[in-house]
Amino acid sequence: MEQHEISVIVNGQKLRRRVSARQHLIDFLRNELSLTGSHLGCEHGVCGACTIQVNGTAVRGCLMLAVQADGAKVETIEGLSDSGAIADLQEAFHQYNALQCGFCTPGMLATAAELVELHPHADREEIRAHISGNYCRCTGYHAIVDAIAFVLETRRNKGGAA
Amino acid sequence: MKAPPFGYVKARELGQVFDLLEQHGDEAKILAGGQSLIPSLNLRLSRPTLLIDINAIADLQGIRETADTVVVGALTTHVALEKSPIISRHVQLLAAAMPHIAHPAIRNRGTIGGSLAFADPAAELPACATALDATFILRNRDQERRVKASEFFHGLFETDLKPGEILAAIEFPKATTSHRFAFSELARRHGDYAMIGLAAASPQLGMLRLAYFGVADRPVSAERAATHLIRDGAAGVEAACASLADDLESSGDLNAGPQTKLHLAAVLLRRALPALLPSA
Repeated sequence: MEQHEISVIVNGQKLRRRVSARQHLIDFLRNELSLTGSHLGCEHGVCGACTIQVNGTAVRGCLMLAVQADGAKVETIEGLSDSGAIADLQEAFHQYNALQCGFCTPGMLATAAELVELHPHADREEIRAHISGNYCRCTGYHAIVDAIAFVLETRRNKGGAA
Repeated sequence: MKAPPFGYVKARELGQVFDLLEQHGDEAKILAGGQSLIPSLNLRLSRPTLLIDINAIADLQGIRETADTVVVGALTTHVALEKSPIISRHVQLLAAAMPHIAHPAIRNRGTIGGSLAFADPAAELPACATALDATFILRNRDQERRVKASEFFHGLFETDLKPGEILAAIEFPKATTSHRFAFSELARRHGDYAMIGLAAASPQLGMLRLAYFGVADRPVSAERAATHLIRDGAAGVEAACASLADDLESSGDLNAGPQTKLHLAAVLLRRALPALLPSA
């Protein structure tokens, strides 16, 4: 199997690894680096469970090859959690019962993190549109929208994005 | 599933892409955003022996203006189009279509050139390019060739691209002050492929292109319907809807049968009308 050497920063840590050309970024993170917080669902870009951040934007980990991450900065749910960047989102998901089984949650949080960064004034419709690519089979989404709306409002009131 | 084994080359310049296409022929596939290609590999619908990653090629990037056109590099991502002031000012139909294309995480990587060259008949961009009468700029090692959108799409995943040729850029005419447009689609879930959609543009009074997607094996221009609307304005809407059956010749698909598609095509046309006709 054809191998390539890549150099990648994962959750702030610089790594050099050999990867097979056909390996998806998400399999590389889960199987080679044991970062199993990102989940693998449909493997064709529909469910959103594998959503991670690459160079600061949300992407599907199953629709990008590990070899394409050469030179990139990758953040998984582990990194986003440890840095405290999404602590308020995580707290709100907990408060509003925005998760039950938790399978979609890491992808949902990576998607929500991008929304609260880029669209501080998003309304409920825009929140729904933004998370429309992430399946949740437990909550019916309402609680997730509540949690994200709460975080947006709280961050706005803090004056960061007024 | 996992993708089958393949080789991978990150091309640094166009010459290298043409070399590789020459060596590998049909066995090589161009990897742009990968948001359609990688699912098709994962589902094992496609088994190329080599992926040529073109993402690092500067010649294929960027959005630039000329006096009366906007030239969009094939590698421009959906999100870049969505945020571009040039696009929202001069190619409003594209800007209006963007939120309907898949989901944010897909739009962050998916590219305009990838979507057009893939030629999925249910995709938004081929219909937009048809409605706007865009020109496709194709390059091979020796020359550049310009093809109109109406000539580019040959059928299901089939285009005018010849062996050894790539889609380099797409040129859109700039909207004039009298330009009118409408975009609308019906999907079961926001961001899914549409059951049917309509991209419509009227560059000036007396000209109208109604490009439907999700009805046939390529974008379909409803010319009879457009003729009724040009001639009779809002009063021509019943005749326009009636002529959609001849224009679209939809055979139906997994989403809906031909009768339903036809009904929905008329629904979309009525929705689009106020934006397209000054007096409607």
